[in-house]
Parts: sequence; structure tokens; C-alpha cells
Amino acid sequence: MNLPNSVTEIIHGLENGTFSSRELTKAYLNRIDNLDPKINSFITVCHDQALQDAENADRRRATGTANKLTGVPYGNKDIFCTKGIRTTCGSKMLDTFISPYDATIVERLSSQGMVMLGKTNMDEFAMGSSNETSFYGRVNNPWNIDCVPGGSSGGSAAAVSAGFAPVATGSDTGGSIRQPAAFCGISGLKPTYGRVSRYGMIAFASSLDQAGPMGRSVEDLAHMLEPMAGYDPRDSTSSIVTTEDYSRDLEHTLEGKRIGLPKEYFATSLDYQIESVIEAAIKEFEQLGADVVEISIPTTPLSIPAYYVISSAECSSNLSRYDGVRYGHRCELPSNINDMYDRTRGEGFGEEVKRRLLTGTYVLSSGYYDAYYRKAQQIRRLIKNDFSKAFKHVDAVVSPTTPTTAFEAGKHLNSPVNMYLGDCFTVASNLAGLPALSIPVGFADGMPVGLQLVSSYFKESTLLTFGHMFQKATDWHLHFSQDNLKEAQ
Amino acid sequence: MMPWEVVIGLEVHAQLATSSKIFSGSSTAYGAKANTQASAVDLALPGVLPVLNKRVLDLAIMLGLAIDGEIASESIFSRKNYFYPDSPKGYQISQYDKPIISKGQLKFSNKGEGKVINITRAHLEEDAGKSLHEEFQNTTAIDLNRSGIPLLEIVSEPELRSAQDAVLYLKELHCLVRTLGICDGNMQEGSFRCDANVSVRNIEDPELGTRTEIKNLNSFRFVERAINYEAKRQIEVLEDGGVITQETRLYDPEKNETRTMRSKEDAHDYRYFPDPDLLPITITAAHIAQIAEELPETPWNKRRRYVKDYGVNSEDAAILANSPETSVYFEACMRNHAVSAKLVANWIIGELSALINKSSLTISNSPIVAERLVSVLERIEDQTISGKIAKQLLGLMWNTSDSADQIIAQERLGQVSDNALLEKIISQTLIDFPSQVQDYKAGKVKILGFLVGHVMSETKGKANPAMVKDLLEKSLTQGV
Repeated sequence: MNLPNSVTEIIHGLENGTFSSRELTKAYLNRIDNLDPKINSFITVCHDQALQDAENADRRRATGTANKLTGVPYGNKDIFCTKGIRTTCGSKMLDTFISPYDATIVERLSSQGMVMLGKTNMDEFAMGSSNETSFYGRVNNPWNIDCVPGGSSGGSAAAVSAGFAPVATGSDTGGSIRQPAAFCGISGLKPTYGRVSRYGMIAFASSLDQAGPMGRSVEDLAHMLEPMAGYDPRDSTSSIVTTEDYSRDLEHTLEGKRIGLPKEYFATSLDYQIESVIEAAIKEFEQLGADVVEISIPTTPLSIPAYYVISSAECSSNLSRYDGVRYGHRCELPSNINDMYDRTRGEGFGEEVKRRLLTGTYVLSSGYYDAYYRKAQQIRRLIKNDFSKAFKHVDAVVSPTTPTTAFEAGKHLNSPVNMYLGDCFTVASNLAGLPALSIPVGFADGMPVGLQLVSSYFKESTLLTFGHMFQKATDWHLHFSQDNLKEAQ
Repeated sequence: MMPWEVVIGLEVHAQLATSSKIFSGSSTAYGAKANTQASAVDLALPGVLPVLNKRVLDLAIMLGLAIDGEIASESIFSRKNYFYPDSPKGYQISQYDKPIISKGQLKFSNKGEGKVINITRAHLEEDAGKSLHEEFQNTTAIDLNRSGIPLLEIVSEPELRSAQDAVLYLKELHCLVRTLGICDGNMQEGSFRCDANVSVRNIEDPELGTRTEIKNLNSFRFVERAINYEAKRQIEVLEDGGVITQETRLYDPEKNETRTMRSKEDAHDYRYFPDPDLLPITITAAHIAQIAEELPETPWNKRRRYVKDYGVNSEDAAILANSPETSVYFEACMRNHAVSAKLVANWIIGELSALINKSSLTISNSPIVAERLVSVLERIEDQTISGKIAKQLLGLMWNTSDSADQIIAQERLGQVSDNALLEKIISQTLIDFPSQVQDYKAGKVKILGFLVGHVMSETKGKANPAMVKDLLEKSLTQGV
């Protein structure tokens, strides 16, 4: 069968009986089997489980107990715990870890009757912006397999872009949904901190981590966000603010809406091609009725250092549980407990994870805490204030998602700081806890360019409306790398 | 020789009496099979998150109110990072710079001298699991049933000046947490244990000496002996011209000595920082007021009330008030004011305690419930039975559910107060002991005791001794 191009199309197809979930699931699995060896976007493909779930979904549909998303396949980032299915977080440390429980969002997507195709590749413990730190090998960008897909949700982004899954889950600590979405030419939403439960999502930096949907169109994101969002009593930081009918309320005029362009974001020497693609997109928003104003986020240059201090501090503590005592990797024949810790962690973690653990341990040590961790938290408050001020005047803050398009694999591997600087536009919304959306808005040298919109707390609907109205008027989201991939065959 | 002063500060870990753990739904019941009370959260599986058991806040607030401390309107949980196999997350969730309770006080008296000890802080934290070294050869096993048990760590200022004071402070705190119902106080099960910080100094020295910390003392006796040993050790070191090194020590009760566990150089940098998985704890004035309204009476108020309202002496008041179970029993006895408080106190502290000690029961589940004890004491007061018979009666009641009156009737324990019968026995006695009667009449009135005793034994103890004495005196004088 020909694979449908959107979740909306799948919903109609399943409702009208054009195809069954089993047929659809089989088609996606075939495509993964045939083409993913080129991309490496999946760590684990769940053939049997997926077909069984698809059959169950078809049965539900036959008995009239189906939900909107019953039978819709998805890719699941390997950071979300799945009962009975290996959950690796891209690390050797968890290579053998089979979770005895489902993450809250997995539970919610399953209860909708969605069909999990497999677990997607990612940077180890979500630490990375290129998907090159995965224990399971790097992921290739379907637009150009010599380039990285971005990270850390690089597997999910590449899988959606390559047509291996209509939608996928992602997680975003400093841009890990938006940056790979931009690099792979798809749409990705990082919701407000607390909008989606973190229970069962393996922690990187607890105060920044947020799960969200990745898909081709904003409309697809809206479909997927509905079951993902909502309060979870198992996550103390999840919000009790009521969720919305995200997919139903997409269509609204942008007339009178205000877009803010932070002068600091555009002051940096942006790549000329990217800048012109972004400018064209902003013009499009103006044509749709939005007013564009210049704003200021003076704390912009402080975001990256604050982000790397806080995220490293938190991960140094979060990853302490991987000690070889209860589960996961344990070194051979430890001579004593310290030897076991040293070798287990030395062998189980990759370079980038170790770099962050050392950084985090350092910034929390006595004598350095005030200079680094406390200072970073103060900056974090200032960043929040900057955005709060901005949202008194504008509905969305717009910028490129990334300063460059997808770069060649290996380019930044030996210069971690250059890699970190690529997060300059994305980390602020994590530090402030704000929702942020990346949508494809064009190409530079044949590689996709993403535009980021950030909105105020729990204004996911606003972001989705901006994105949807843009996509109704343009066709950038309908350029598919999967066609590329066929030619490459 | 220089006069030395011992300076002691105590850190008490009181296990809060909740049915589930502080951050998970696992049971806190003691004694379960290893790792059967350890959920995904307690095992620190990837992706799990802690959720605060709000009950611990109420219990901490209760302590805060009782010690007149400050209850923080906002306090936070912090992570104390360290690697140890029985610490499954690699950090312990505790409180650091913003504890829930600070600046309280606890008073006690030592031989009539009143003392006030300042309590620096009391903070919430989770307990660690248990490493089992002995059970398996060449292997350490981990039991995580304890992991996540809620603790309140209560830290005193270094204001205690003797091992005896330290024990009295601990006993008063122990009594308080049990009376408030926030901790079961079971020291053998580790529900109430303490670390002692000990230093010594020249009595005129304004500065404190270098301290050592003795870990995990779980009986009052060990606390006293460990502090005494440690103080003596430190004095000896200093008198020999040595220096005390700051370190953590362990007390070995078998050898009665303390020894080094780890030195300051090995001390961890715990890298405390606020736990991002948990929101700040906010406590409103209304919440505190609600807890205050339901706060059980403190032991010290209870003791005062027993003396003032019931007239029992202060020693008995302390015995009755210090054990919550005993005080519940005592107050149940006094509910209808049917018998005098002094009598009740004597019998609870005396005969009833003796019976309970002989059995494996406690006062709250003894077969002689308060109402039954009172029914016995009523018969003493109305002179149906003597104290001696009452003891016998209690013994009989221990094994049956029959009422006191039923047993008195069945066993004919009632005192003989039939004048005619007594007079008959008395006349016979006067006939049987003519020389004693002579002596009495000659002025040796003390001999009356002998005659009373004989009449009592003739009645098998069931006569009312006062009545016998009366009647004897009457007969003897009449006979003149």
C-alpha cells in the first residue's frame, strides 16, 4: 500500500475502512525493514507486538469502541519506559534493561489504541545535539545521509522524515525535539514544562525535561498531544491546568496576533541563506495577518552557560542510580564496591555523558556551588522575567530553531562547545519552562530550515494555531525526504 | 588536673508513623521478607519519580508545635549525593538549607534541676536500605524494604553536658514523639535512633573542642555508655598531649568502646542541591492551626495535670504520663471518678504492672481492661475485700472474663462483716488465749495485733481487719 502522508489521513483511512491498522502497520514495518539500515533510526523494532496491537485496534474499530487514534502507528523514543520491551536510553548502561512498567505517556498512547512500531534511536541519555553519542550508532539524516539528524530525538525525527512512522514521541531538555525536527524538515513541539508527565521518561535534567510530539504537520502534533498532555499524580511537577482540544481548535485567524523578533537572536551572524528563509517565513505570517515587532531578550547570551550548568548538575545526580547494583550494566568480577562503581560506570557511559557528569559534579561541589549552580539559577529567573515581559506585548517569540542546518557527521565531535552553541535558540524556553514549536519553513543548500515559535505558559494552542495556519498557506511541510530515500535506493 | 566539661549534641532519627513510605506507596510494616516492600520508585528504576506522602508534613508540624519551634511556610527537599549500595538513587532525598522545623526547645529535669535544650532543626528525609554482609558468603546483599521509610531528623544544639543529661533529653523526646503518636519509638526496630556529637573542653574555655560523631546508637543504655567512653577517651588523649581528630566513630556494645569508622579526610562532599522532582513544601497558617487543634496533650502538660487534677504525686504522675498506653489506661480508669486516683495509680504501677511484666502482654492488650481494674478497686473502697484479697482477685481475673463481683461471689472472697459470726470467733479467741488477754488487760495493748491476726486467720483473711480490731477492743474492755 501507499503510505499516507499524515495522521489526519490515517484517521480517515481507518474510519472509512480504506485500510486496516494491520495493513498500515505492516507497511510501516516493511519500510523500516527495507530502508532503516540506511538511517538507523530505530534501536528496537517491535514487529510482533505492533502487529498484535494493530489487530487489537482493528477489533476495537469493528466493535465500535475505537478512539480517534486507535490503530495509528507511532515511533517511541527509547527514553520512555515500555513494559516488557527493552528501554536503553541509547546507552550501553541500559543495553539489557527491560522495564517492568510503562511510562505514563506510553500508557496513555496505548489506551488510545495507538500502535508502537518500535523504540527510536537517540543520543545517549538524551545528551547530544547530533545523535552521534548513541551506543547504537549514529542516525543518518534522510535528506543527506552524510549529515546528522540532530539530537537528541534524532531517531524519532529521522523516522518521521523518512516515512518510517507517521508520528513519534520525543523529549526536549534543551532543544532535543525542536533541533532534530528542524534538521529533518518535520514539525516538533516542546510543551510547557509540566504539561506532559515525566513519569517513566528516563531523567536527564529533571527541571528541564519535557516530552512532546514530533510529526510532519502541526495538525498531526495536535492529534498526538491530546492523549499525551494532562496531569499525572505520579509526577509532582505535572500541571493541573486543564488541557485543550488541541486538534479541534487549530483554525483561527492570525489577524491581530503579534509576533516578536528578539533583536539579540538576529544580531548574531546568522547564515545568510537561513536568514532569508526565516525572513520569508516571517513575511508569510504578516500576510496571514500577524503584526511583527522587534523585542529584546537581554539575557540571550547567558542561556547557553546557564543551561549547561543546570542540566549537567541535575544529570550528575540523576545518573547516579546507574551503579551496577540493581539493573543494567555491571562490570565483570569487581574486586570491591568501588571497583564495581568505577568500572561499571566507566564502561557503561560514553564520552559525552561522562563529560556532563564531571561538569555537573564540579558545579555542585562545595566551594563552587555559589559561583556556578546558584548563579545559573539566578540567570534562569532573569530569563523567565525577560520572556514574561515579552509576552505582555506579543503572542509568540520567533527565531530560527537552529543557527545552522544539519551539519556533517563528525564535524563537532571533537569540539563539544561548538556543538553546545548550536542550542543557542532553543535552551531558553527550557530554562523558562515555556512551550516552543519548530516547523519547517524552507531549505538552505538542500537541507531543511526550521522556524521556532515560543509562546507563554500553557499556550500550546496558540503555537499550534500559528503553525497550522502557516502550513495551510504553504507546503514546506509537504516536502518529504522519503522521496530522496527512494532515489538513494 | 584540669576540670573537663563534656559537650554533647544529639541528632535523633525518628521514624514517622505512616503506613506508606515518604515518596512511594510501599508499606512501612516492619519485618517483611527482604525486598517485598520495594516498589519501582524504591528501587530507583530509570524514569521513576518521587511523590510526597503528605501525612509526613502533619506529623512534622505536630513536633514543631510541641517544641514551640518555627514551622517553615516554605521548605524544600534537597538531594544529598553519595554512592552506597543501599542508597538506590545514589542520593538521599533530605532537607538542607530550608528544613521544615527550626528553633524549638525541649525541657527536662535531672534530679529536680530543670534544663532547657535548644533544638536547632528538625527535617524530613528518607531512610536508606540495608546492606546484609553476614548472611551471604563473599557477597553483600541489599534489602530495600527500609529504603524510603520517612524519618524526621531532630538536631539539638551542643548544650548537653553529661551522658546522663543526654539520656534524659532523649527519653523526654522519645516520650514526646510517642505521646504525639508521630513515631512508635521502637528502638530495637530502629524507629528511634541517635547519633551523638561529643567533645570535651577545659571548663573555662569559651571555644568548643573538636568533636567526634558516634553513629547509630539504638538504646538509652548504649547512648550513656558510648558518650561516657568517648568523653573519657578524648580526655585521656588531650591529657597525654594529643589532639582529637574530627571523625565518625562506631560504638561496639560488646567491648563497650568506640572506634573510628571514617575520618574527616574521607568525608563526602554531598553536593546538596534542591530536588527538581519535588515542589517546595508550602504550609499555610490554617493548616498549622488545624493540626494545633488536634494536637495531643504533651507529656509535660499531662504530668502537671495528673498532679493538679488528680492529686497523684509527681513521681507517679511521670510514670503514668510518660507511656501513652499507660496514660490512656489511667484516664480510662478515672473516667467516672468511681475510685480515688491515688488508689488507681498504686494499682497500675504496682500489681497490674507486675502481672503484665510476667506475661508477654502490654497494658493496652492486658485482659484486665480499665473498667475491670476499677471494679476491683471499688470493692476495696467499699471494704468488700481487702487489698490482699484484691491481688488474689486480679490474678484470677487475668485468666477469665468473669467480672470481679462474679469471682468474689464464686470464690467467697468477700470480707466477713457479719458481726454475729465475728463475735463468735472473737469470744472463742479470748477463751483460747487467756494469757494474752491477761497481758492486754495489764496494759500490753500491743498484744492486740496478735489477737487480730488470729481472728483474721480464722476467717481466712476475709474479715475486715479494722472491724475485727474494733470488736476485739470492745470485748476486751467489756470483759474488765
